[in-house]
Amino acid sequence: MTGTLTLRERQVALALAVLLAVLGLVMAGAARQGVMALHGVMAIALGLGLAFRIGGTLDDPAPPRDRLTRYDDGPTRFGIIMTLIWAIIGMGVGVWVAALLYWPEATPLVPWTSFGRLRPVHTTGIIFGFGGNALIATSFHVLQRTSRARLADSLSPWIVLLGFNLFCAWAVTGYLLGSTQSKEYAEAEWYADLWLVVIWVLYFVLYIRTLARRIEPHIYVANWYYMAFILVVAMLHIVNNLAMPVRWSAPESFPIWAGVQDAMVQWWYGHNAVAFFLTAGFLGMLYYFLPVRSGRPIWSYRLSIVSFWGIVFFYIWVGSHHLHYTALPFWAQTLGMTFSVMLLVPSWASAGNAIATLNGAWHKVRDDATLRFMFVAAVFYGLSTFEGSFLAIRPVNSLSHYTDWTVGHVHSGTLGWVAMIVFGAIYTLVPQLSGREHMVSPRAVEWHFWLAVTGTLVYVVALWNAGITQGLMWRAYDENGALSYSFLESVQAMAPYYLLRTIGGALFLTGAVICAWNCRATMRAAQGEATDRPLAVQPAE
Amino acid sequence: MPETTDPKQLPGADPHTGNRLIDPVSGYDTTGHDWGGITELNTAFPKIVIWALVLSFGYSVIAWILLPAWPYGGDYTRGLLKRDQQVQAAEGFRDLEAGRQDWMTRFASEDPAELQADAALMQTALPAARRLFDDNCAACHGAGGTGGPGFPVLADETWLWSSAPETLVEILRYGINSDHPDTFYGEMPAFDWMERSERAALSTFVVALQDGSADFDSDAGALFTENCASCHGDDGAGGLEVGAPALTDAAVIYGQDHATVMETLRHGRAGVMPSWEGRLSDAEITLLALYVAQLSEAAQP
Ligand code: HEC
Ligand code: HEC
Repeated sequence: MTGTLTLRERQVALALAVLLAVLGLVMAGAARQGVMALHGVMAIALGLGLAFRIGGTLDDPAPPRDRLTRYDDGPTRFGIIMTLIWAIIGMGVGVWVAALLYWPEATPLVPWTSFGRLRPVHTTGIIFGFGGNALIATSFHVLQRTSRARLADSLSPWIVLLGFNLFCAWAVTGYLLGSTQSKEYAEAEWYADLWLVVIWVLYFVLYIRTLARRIEPHIYVANWYYMAFILVVAMLHIVNNLAMPVRWSAPESFPIWAGVQDAMVQWWYGHNAVAFFLTAGFLGMLYYFLPVRSGRPIWSYRLSIVSFWGIVFFYIWVGSHHLHYTALPFWAQTLGMTFSVMLLVPSWASAGNAIATLNGAWHKVRDDATLRFMFVAAVFYGLSTFEGSFLAIRPVNSLSHYTDWTVGHVHSGTLGWVAMIVFGAIYTLVPQLSGREHMVSPRAVEWHFWLAVTGTLVYVVALWNAGITQGLMWRAYDENGALSYSFLESVQAMAPYYLLRTIGGALFLTGAVICAWNCRATMRAAQGEATDRPLAVQPAE
Repeated sequence: MPETTDPKQLPGADPHTGNRLIDPVSGYDTTGHDWGGITELNTAFPKIVIWALVLSFGYSVIAWILLPAWPYGGDYTRGLLKRDQQVQAAEGFRDLEAGRQDWMTRFASEDPAELQADAALMQTALPAARRLFDDNCAACHGAGGTGGPGFPVLADETWLWSSAPETLVEILRYGINSDHPDTFYGEMPAFDWMERSERAALSTFVVALQDGSADFDSDAGALFTENCASCHGDDGAGGLEVGAPALTDAAVIYGQDHATVMETLRHGRAGVMPSWEGRLSDAEITLLALYVAQLSEAAQP
């Protein structure tokens, strides 16, 4: 980690680490007890740990003179490791909560293992921990390779990654202890939110500075997507989390939004978290790794431009489709519905562009499990965006809303699309960054692929059935005009689907564990570093 | 940045295609950009995408014309259909209610005993009542009224108050220890002022009441008569219609083992049965009261 830092950079890093420990001390001292104090202690631990680690290297030799003629891949490697760790945490807790729905009586009698606390650990662990680390790690790689330039400086990538992971760790430990803002996907409390803003601004600045050094005058579409991801997530995060802390020393706050405005802001955030966190960034990943792995040019340059602007423009409007048939005014629902339908075209254009790119490389798709991950990702991207637009139509939504169909839809996106493209990217990156031709075990990649596909299909099909069954049971009336089923009966009817869902999730988790093992083995058997070099002339040191 | 990487700038290049690489597989030329090995084809914009855009925009424009859609000033476009979701919801509920009107209205006005005697009516109504019970009452009383710790079994012959349908209707309407002004009120006082040894003796006595081996002539028996009989009855068999259960039968609310009874005596008990007035209609309340009565009847041998 410190090997590529100059002495001066190491000194700055040391100072920042000490500053982090001091910040932790202030938090812990002000809060004295409870979640915020624990989070202070976590910051102290990270700060001191880093300080000792960096302090011990102050006398180490200076970095190799040619360091600037190489890409900066250390942060990417670290990001991939964190991605895999969070994958196992997030998916593990996911399987756990899935099992709790089937065996609710197996909930241990301690508060932190209750469903309500574990669920956000799963969602945050997966979206931010797994997805976020994967996005940051690959964005550094893609940014450097498509710009043919090294990252603008050596310190901020580490600050971004470490800071982001501290945010994730604060968030999930907070939920376990019962600290939450009660906003879905934005449960973390105000101080963690502020911290993330700082980290995110650093990330954006780093991105722009590096991009400014690019060789090719045009900016590759993958970078547009990554930039849209960084920029819009910042906007969403800030607006949705505007809140007044109860006290500066307490981990509680009042949101400034209230009533239906709060609901609208929350789902404007919530759906655009899907759009700009779980879609835009991952489209960037797809647009880079798919052509690289298949060795094919992007099928249509025009289509990628139109779909980029289409996706960015339409997505921002659709959040209100989460609030059909609620206190939200009808007109806002109509807008959410219609923009969701229009959104389908640019979404499918992206999926189609990706699949058409594979023309001329189908034999590779057949033989190469890594490329197959990306192909399946593109297919599921197409499927789940179609499903999303369909579910956003008001009358359809009256059947699907509040049912497990929604959960099935989300997982066809997250398992089938997001996780698959991440695995495709990881299997491309890890050997490359280890100076190897292949992963240590290509057979394990093949196993992972089939476990992931089977797991996703079992999960998604089970929850389609579950959701449609629920929706139909809830609205059924008998010949006497009375409800045909009680709610209880609809819950009992879910048992087989919840069991299947747990099994599907467990298969997917098994695949992820195999992946983590395979990556670890490959990184340990590294035969050097990535061999490609930047072209951009580096400013002299 | 060197402009020369763009083939269009190269001397003699065709302004549209440049002297760009032709992709051997598709036969298309590339755009001339190169990002570390990634290139893009200069494929014509697919027609089908244009049609799809036209179709989805058309759908949206039609929806905007028909439905409430765009805000302006302090108002919004109402749409040709003049839809209003509050009105639609109210209409929907009215239609559903109309579907069960012919039998449901009778429960609002007629005498419970008469309704109970009408076998054909009850056959229509009881399945609906079961779902109503499962949706509103089962969370506490269990599906089928099987009860649980703190919540009395309804499917048995024992009652805290009375089995008369009229009383059941009132219990449902006003609740027990609820926040309704006319609530039934039944509290087991705390006997924390007693010596612990006295409570222990009483507790042993109460446990014995259940299997009929209690000795009323003992010291504990005297304590019982003095402190408890006014509510639970001289012989502990309840039936006084003050909300105090019989202690001599197998039915329990909280439990009649030593530890639970000690807990009951030390802290007292006052279970809350919510009031349903305003949340369920009069007809639904009567229907549920008859359902509960039927549960109890069905459970008796
Ligand atoms: C929040 C929990 C709760 C719900 C919901 C509830 N009950 Fe009760 N109910 C109780 C409790 C507790 C008691 C006993 C009160 C006491 O201990 O005095 C009770 C008592 C009763 C009694 C009197 C039993 C007797 O032995 O005299 C009847 C009848 C009854 N409930 C019916 C219903 C019906 C019908 C519904 C659904 C509309 C319902 N309850 C919903 C908690 C509940
Ligand atoms: C003021 C009237 C009153 C008096 C006096 C009273 N009880 Fe109760 N007792 C009740 C009521 C009412 C309940 C039901 C409470 C509930 O359901 O929440 C009850 C419940 C109980 C229960 C719980 C039964 C079960 O099924 O779990 C026990 C045991 C009990 N009483 C014992 C006693 C004993 C012993 C005494 C004398 C020391 C006593 N009670 C005096 C009113 C009284």
